[in-house]
Amino acid sequence: MKRLEVLKTYKLYIGGQFPRTESGRYYSPTGADGQSLGNICQSSRKDFRNAVVAAKGALGGWASRAAFNRSQILYRIGEMLEGRSAQFVDELIKQGSTEADARQEVEDSVDRCVYYAGWCDKYQQVFSAVNPVSSSHFNFSIYEPVGIVAAIAPEEKPLLGLLGTVLPIIVGGNSCVVLASGNSPLSAITLAEVLATSDLPGGVINILTGFREELLPFMVSHMEVNAFVASDLSAEHLKTAKEESIHNLKRIIHHKENIADCESPYPILSTQEVKTTWHPIESSISGGGKY
Amino acid sequence: MKSKSPDPPRYDISKSPPVDQVGVAERAKRFTTRSIKNECKRSGLQLVLNMIDLTTLEGADTPNKVKQLCYKANHLHDSIPGLPTTAAVCVYPTLVKTARKALGKSSPVKIASVATAFPSGQGYLDLKLEETKRAVGDGADEIDMVISRGKFLSGDYDYVFDEIAAVKKACGKARLKVILETGELGTLDNVRRASDIAIHAGADFIKTSTGKISSAATIPITLVMLLAIRDHYYKTGQMIGMKPAGGISNAKLALHYLVMVKETVGPEWLTNEWFRFGASSLANDVLMQIAKLEDGHYQASRYFSKD
Repeated sequence: MKRLEVLKTYKLYIGGQFPRTESGRYYSPTGADGQSLGNICQSSRKDFRNAVVAAKGALGGWASRAAFNRSQILYRIGEMLEGRSAQFVDELIKQGSTEADARQEVEDSVDRCVYYAGWCDKYQQVFSAVNPVSSSHFNFSIYEPVGIVAAIAPEEKPLLGLLGTVLPIIVGGNSCVVLASGNSPLSAITLAEVLATSDLPGGVINILTGFREELLPFMVSHMEVNAFVASDLSAEHLKTAKEESIHNLKRIIHHKENIADCESPYPILSTQEVKTTWHPIESSISGGGKY
Repeated sequence: MKSKSPDPPRYDISKSPPVDQVGVAERAKRFTTRSIKNECKRSGLQLVLNMIDLTTLEGADTPNKVKQLCYKANHLHDSIPGLPTTAAVCVYPTLVKTARKALGKSSPVKIASVATAFPSGQGYLDLKLEETKRAVGDGADEIDMVISRGKFLSGDYDYVFDEIAAVKKACGKARLKVILETGELGTLDNVRRASDIAIHAGADFIKTSTGKISSAATIPITLVMLLAIRDHYYKTGQMIGMKPAGGISNAKLALHYLVMVKETVGPEWLTNEWFRFGASSLANDVLMQIAKLEDGHYQASRYFSKD
């Protein structure tokens, strides 16, 4: 007897939970073979609002965690991803990759997790600075998270692009709400299942599915959101992003290259703020080297 | 000390009807399904602001904290014109004088003071009465008393009744809110009985909770209390106020409460004379929603003053 297949319902990932969209809407993107990929939640602005509330709740705890602990959790994401690589390869193929490309993308994704896990407790040492000043102060600059970051993952390379977008954001203690690739959303939601089992506190990464045209204005105009990250916006969308974000002088970061191919610590810094401290010190009478 | 007004006759709790718990839960759920949008939402939110008893009841309260609270009650968010003040500030008795001074004589904001060994109610009756009188003497317009839950739960309903009646006398002209601390009463039947006792003993308002224990105001509990108020109103024509307190921290939930009030006791109760919210963080959430209606952007809490 032929077994009736049990299909997965792809839902959103908000605050460590998997809710459906509050709007009750869905869309059905098609894969490479013209078959429907399934009914995918079409998130509304209210889903985004709820996700920001979740991100805000998670922010304090995540930012104050020891950098080494964040590193352990990112590494754990890599471990869980590796264990489910076959599923990811299947989904990527369904969404239009060749088998070789799909395998490569999943391997690169695991490697990307390990790469950024390493940076968690190192970017401060590498990029912070002790600054020369001509007064008796010890002057130093360190990096701090900007807060809540909204992001749009690239359309291409739906898994690696999403990870490449969000990992550098959370490395430095930010929490984020990310909109997955619109045409290839399956791997984003399966990634959410990986995140949910990786000791990553709920709300640090929130994943929505839907249309960027619809959500972009709300992502950039929300006063609680401190920065916005994307890498493949059209010129028109980028203009909207800049115009709508002026109310709280939100930082708009548009990575020039495809973030999926960018293995670099610099994306970490784009969602960091520099804090410079002037610490008074006794000036040396013996004429020791002033800075 | 004898008062001229006669003591109210004691209340026989067997007269209180039993509460249908399942029915109350079902009814309570319905209130949360109304869709309130645009102008209707805007006026609802303004009403909520005007019904708030802005509260600070911490061991760490200082005179300056109370002054700040009083300022906030009068100036909720000055960058939005046309906002109402809150209904009252709610403080400990020792800080009533400070609040009176900070508010001045002309402010529409009233001063509510908790009294009678708040929050536990475990104290001597004469001291409770003394505390009440002093708070009123210091300038409190309203007294929020707690009932003796220990006595209530051990079946000494007459003690609870007499105590409320005595505090009511001690209040003089101040209005009396009676806190049932429903989280400690155990059942909805008990909530109904305590409500009836308080109403018959002379409460002007009945209030759910102190806000000091985790189980605070909920829609079903408030519904049971509103039904007690409604039954009393049908029998006697006398209106009693209602104040849910604790745990109501977002605007949407507050609007659900207004829906419940309107559909249970009627629109006459939709004023701060008869309905209040005891809350500290609700005001800011409501302000954020109003600001969102004004300029269309979702708001961030950091742009709103804490107290």
